[in-house]
Amino acid sequence: MSVMQGSLFNHPPSRVGGERVEHADHPDPNLWIFGFWIFLASDLVLFASLFATYAVLHTHIANGPSARQIFDVTGFTAETLFLLTSSFTCGLATWSMRRGQQGWLKAWLVVTLIFGLLFIGFEVDEFATNSMKGYGMSTSAFLSAFYTLVGTHGCHVSLGICWMVAILIQVFRLGITEVTARKVFVVSLYWHFLDVVWVFIFTVVYLTGVMG
Amino acid sequence: MSMMEEKVPGHTGRSEGGNWPWMHIIGFVISILLTLIALRLVLAHAMGPAGLFVTIMVLAVLQILVQLFFFMHILEGGGPRWHLWMLTLGFIFVFTIIAGSIWIMTFGAESY
Amino acid sequence: MPDDTLNVSHFLVTGDPLIYGADVSIVVVSIAIVAVLTYYRKWGWLWREWLTTVDHKKIGIMYMIAALLMLFRGGVDALLMRTQLAFPNMRFLKAEHYNQIFTTHGTIMILFMAMPFIFAMMNIAIPLMIGARDVAFPYLNAISFWMFFFGAMLFNLSFVIGGSPDAGWTSYPPLAESEFNLGPGENYYLLALQISGIGSIATGINFFVTILKMRAPGMTLMRMPLFCWAVLATSVLIIFAFPVLTVALALLLIDRIAGAHFFTMLGGGNPMMYINMFWIWGHPEVYIVVLPAFGIFSEVVATFSGKRIFGYASMVASLMAIAVISYFTWLHHFFTMGAGPGVNSFFALSTMIIAIPTGVKIFNWLATMYNGRVRVTVPMKWALGFIPNFAVGGATGVMLSVAPADYQYHNSYFLIAHFHQTLIGGVVFGMLAGMYYWWPKMFGFLLEERYANWGFWWFNIGFYVCFIPQYLLGFMGMTRRIYTYPTGMGWSTLNLISTIGAFMMGLGFLFIAAGIVYSIFYGERDTTGDPWNGRTLEWSLPSPAPHYNFARIPVVTSRDAWWTMKEERKQGVLPPGRDELRPIHMPKNSGRPFILSLSFFVAGFGLVFHWYILTVIGFAAVAACLLLRSFDYDTDSYIPVDEIKKTEASYGRS
Repeated sequence: MSVMQGSLFNHPPSRVGGERVEHADHPDPNLWIFGFWIFLASDLVLFASLFATYAVLHTHIANGPSARQIFDVTGFTAETLFLLTSSFTCGLATWSMRRGQQGWLKAWLVVTLIFGLLFIGFEVDEFATNSMKGYGMSTSAFLSAFYTLVGTHGCHVSLGICWMVAILIQVFRLGITEVTARKVFVVSLYWHFLDVVWVFIFTVVYLTGVMG
Repeated sequence: MSMMEEKVPGHTGRSEGGNWPWMHIIGFVISILLTLIALRLVLAHAMGPAGLFVTIMVLAVLQILVQLFFFMHILEGGGPRWHLWMLTLGFIFVFTIIAGSIWIMTFGAESY
Repeated sequence: MPDDTLNVSHFLVTGDPLIYGADVSIVVVSIAIVAVLTYYRKWGWLWREWLTTVDHKKIGIMYMIAALLMLFRGGVDALLMRTQLAFPNMRFLKAEHYNQIFTTHGTIMILFMAMPFIFAMMNIAIPLMIGARDVAFPYLNAISFWMFFFGAMLFNLSFVIGGSPDAGWTSYPPLAESEFNLGPGENYYLLALQISGIGSIATGINFFVTILKMRAPGMTLMRMPLFCWAVLATSVLIIFAFPVLTVALALLLIDRIAGAHFFTMLGGGNPMMYINMFWIWGHPEVYIVVLPAFGIFSEVVATFSGKRIFGYASMVASLMAIAVISYFTWLHHFFTMGAGPGVNSFFALSTMIIAIPTGVKIFNWLATMYNGRVRVTVPMKWALGFIPNFAVGGATGVMLSVAPADYQYHNSYFLIAHFHQTLIGGVVFGMLAGMYYWWPKMFGFLLEERYANWGFWWFNIGFYVCFIPQYLLGFMGMTRRIYTYPTGMGWSTLNLISTIGAFMMGLGFLFIAAGIVYSIFYGERDTTGDPWNGRTLEWSLPSPAPHYNFARIPVVTSRDAWWTMKEERKQGVLPPGRDELRPIHMPKNSGRPFILSLSFFVAGFGLVFHWYILTVIGFAAVAACLLLRSFDYDTDSYIPVDEIKKTEASYGRS
């Protein structure tokens, strides 16, 4: 395949009918990747606001349970391992793509999706179990903040799954081209970013919660 | 972290030419280890709450660095790396929002 | 607020002649627009040329029209309030109606007037100034505009359907919680701001990338016009401040819709956390709107003084310093919360510090004019009017920043006068300066001077007549948001003077609007493309600029690039041999941004009334639009050389 190592960042100018042309909108895929980094910086602040809310409200348990009473160590550890592994396999997908290995790219993306789905499954199960015990969004400020912070991350992951499926279909249809390569790279950035956020949720919410 | 040194500024290509994605594998192993260490420390109540909290936060930050350097290829790309500046500024503002909110909302207040 | 649980008799707002009047006028205007478009067969033109455009210049023009309309609506709100307060014991507006009007006035002026106005100026000028053919992401730019547009529509709809929000533009809980504010007005507020906020973040990212990555060859950062620096700083602030507003509004919405306890009085909630987050956004927001105005003043002052801007590097440094420091001052909006001496001292100091870079800028503008050949044109008049105005606003700001003294000023008319002085004297003056300055570039004709001068003087003098009495009223104990006051407080005369000033400003606005209409028919055509003898690259293009902007991307060798080119030409230095024209790669128009934003509007409207089916339909349409875009590979095309040549020839250029 033509997209080899580094080509994402050093692509030759496009040609139309053998003539070099000037671009108005996107001179190179770097622009999109750069823009996406900036979006991630912005999204980071969104999560920071949710973390701040959680930090301020997590002791406000009103008549509800405390963090320690509802957090399940096995559950959140499994979620963490799933997401870390999916981040790794997503990295492998990009790595394979850069080596032009289309088959491996597809395979690793599928594996990433499976781990992502497992993560979401465990999280939904965790939320459902707690709700069934009567510990819902409206129980206390602590639970409002908990569900919103973790749920926002979960929504991001779900969105990432849909997005990755859309890109996977495009890779199946078109193979590795300049455009699909860019898309895979961008979605992988998003996926790793969600892992970064989760590490903080794991630490600040869950580990700190079970510390008591 | 000698692997990181390979990604010198201005280096546009990938540093892994071989048949094995060593960077990714090493990053993955480190991240799993960091997670398990943090979990272990908390479950064993290895130290006082304050010390424990600081330790697991440090581990989390290391974990972030692993993601940024080993998986997200943060140092890649030619030209000025504005996204690094923006990320740095982002982390400063993240700190401001969280620490500022805690400071403002709990200053002199009793816990409810 | 009437507690509108949803039933038909409450769906349309009833019971007030003013609202019936508004209903009738909205219907009449809508019918008139439809009739005109149908009669002149302009629907296709509207869709092809405007609704689907991704051209930054047209998007900028649409932003500006929207901003002027919103300035009118917000201004009418202001006049209604001032009429109610003109005399003691007035019975012009009822208390609830007054609450709604001050809420919509504030929200519209900040989010649906100031924001689109700065976006208008950014869109119109930035790509032309840096020698680019469009912004970095033109399609996203169209999405930004339509998100703003439909957010504004949703907000304004509340006036006739369901009832306007009435918890103040800051919408503080617990008042804004469902226990105290059941009606849909508050939901309108939250969703409209959320939808337009998405557009604002996208614009911030777009212009950040555009300015850093799309500059013409040779235009280093330190050769950029100061407006570009100002917009860069603004973009950084948008990127980092708006997500916090998103969260604050979302949490309040979750409180209202899902019964959560973030900001409630019960269940462990803490209303102050909303106020904290609102101002983490709110203070940078003040600078988001004022920094582009500073940028415009820098361009206008330099152009009409015929000099390079004085202290360019210090201007850049102070812009960046303001951008960062403004993120550390938010608590000064609620010193009286009583967080304690440590917290209040920190934020009082950071607030005082930010006055320093602002002062540097004022002195630099003055020094630029010093010894310059100043041409007092209309844009320059607004710049000259701005300086004393903003100096007073800044000085009263420093007074407010002194935390112990703030306990006296807080939420009094002193505060009202202060922030109107910075926001009108800074932002509105700046945007109007920009509008007069770039108008020929947008439309190819100049705005007539006589009307513009009348507009300027009425507005400028009216401003002082309106707001200086309010400082005094603040000292005399008049607090904001009261809808009437008894006689014998000693407030009556000053309030009457203030109301007279407000109507003078209204008259000024009418002159400005009349001047625009007059100039459309009789305005002086701009055939040179450089009517002001400008200094920056946008004046090197014909007016209005062709849709690809630059047939050949210019090569920049110095700051004030166009000025240098003109000087070199005068000295007989010929421009270097020009490249052959090449086909130009341009993005294709798309109707999807419009439909996407319309879908958000539908989803938002559903949420306002808890019609969740509508919400699901809206979000499904949003998802469909996003997916269609992802699978769309036919997004751009090339303008062939022949067509470029033809277009250039039509401007008399080769």
